[in-house]
Amino acid sequence: METLRYLDDVSTLALDQEKCLGCGLCTEVCPQAVFEMRGNKAHIVDFNACMECGACVNNCPSGAISVSPGVG
Amino acid sequence: MSKIEGCGCNEAASQNKIKMSTSGVSIMSSMDKMPPCGTETAGPTSAYEKPGYRLCSYVDRFIDTDAGPVPIIKPKLQTEDLFATFFVRCGIGRHSYTIAPGLYGIGNPDKNSEVLVTANFKLSFDHLRKELSNINAWILVLDTKGINVWCAAGKGTFSTNELVKRIKTSSLEKIVDHKRVIVPQLGATGVSARDVKKQSGFRVVYGPVRAKDIPAFLKNNNTADKTMRQVTFSLYERFILTPVEIQMVLKPALIFALALFIISGFGPGIFSFSGALERGLSAFFALLTGIISGAFVTPVLLPYIPSRHFALKGIISGSVFALLFLLLSASTIQGISGFIALFLFSVTISSYLAMNFTGTTPFTSPSGVEKEMKRFIPVQLASLVISFGLWIYSAF
Repeated sequence: METLRYLDDVSTLALDQEKCLGCGLCTEVCPQAVFEMRGNKAHIVDFNACMECGACVNNCPSGAISVSPGVG
Repeated sequence: MSKIEGCGCNEAASQNKIKMSTSGVSIMSSMDKMPPCGTETAGPTSAYEKPGYRLCSYVDRFIDTDAGPVPIIKPKLQTEDLFATFFVRCGIGRHSYTIAPGLYGIGNPDKNSEVLVTANFKLSFDHLRKELSNINAWILVLDTKGINVWCAAGKGTFSTNELVKRIKTSSLEKIVDHKRVIVPQLGATGVSARDVKKQSGFRVVYGPVRAKDIPAFLKNNNTADKTMRQVTFSLYERFILTPVEIQMVLKPALIFALALFIISGFGPGIFSFSGALERGLSAFFALLTGIISGAFVTPVLLPYIPSRHFALKGIISGSVFALLFLLLSASTIQGISGFIALFLFSVTISSYLAMNFTGTTPFTSPSGVEKEMKRFIPVQLASLVISFGLWIYSAF
């Protein structure tokens, strides 16, 4: 979301590009357009838009993405 | 509203709490093919009537499939749906606004029609069906305990397990020839496409965020463009959430108000009832100002108020409103300490409630909220204590 932004540098999102298989599912499920495919790998292009919903983690076939918010 | 709560929908498969009522149901047993009384002809659903069940108003007819009869629903919302939506938006009965989970159809679905998955919150169900007026599809409703798709996905009721279970209990493999289900994108938080495929054989295709994009999504060969994939939080989307925000604070606010009247009674004569009433009323209006600012104005004007911290947004709008309120009622408040007390109090309420709104928005991360709370709750608590102290002091 471009107009409404929350705090920067707080998300616990991490992407291990070594493990990325390039399926692109993370770009499909993320509601905040955090990821983009470049070549055969997913890239985090808008880290601070991440709201830690976990949709990408749940659907990544190779376990390349992690997010670990506390109790919230 | 009892008509809506726990409707049976003539579905044998629904094991959910079904309100058993035999009233108003004319039972036509199949052995007893008597001509109907008078000139009335039997409706398209009469053959599916069951004792103790009542037909839901959104069911148009039933169709027979290889997996038994399936209710076909109407895409058009009726007056009673709109009234119920209004009440639920105001927070009345929103926790029991459910429909029976299971399989439904819309239009004239056949073996090639897509299967759209949704939650059993009636508001979600209505949102979906009203967008499907010219579409033939199956609708698979998961049991999310009456919670919307995204929240239920976060809570774990809109889940891989529930989806796999519903695919099996509704014998989806007998209903359609293909092996795919369209899951709303926001359900991805609770669903693993890979695991659904492994456990049910059905492939998950993630549909758009908003139901209104479904016709375009289907037309486009089940592909969503970038705007269909992103959540929005427009002025209207923020505004429509505020009645529930206000409704949720009503009870604690009432307790708070009671405490305010008692505190306002303290004074030179230990306790005075006239003081409690007069000064209590001023404090009550300061509370009301804080609630309006924090639970209504800040959410609606969210992007226009400076700062990314919601608590700070609440302080900014709360200050404006508290000043306005105090200037308008300056004559009834004695002294500078009373003035400051009510200002601090009103701003604190606004700040707290604005921070509370982080739980409702679609863009705040739990880590961010935690950071904000750690920073602002001590400030809010200190401000509250100071304002109470000053308020008592100002009576002397």
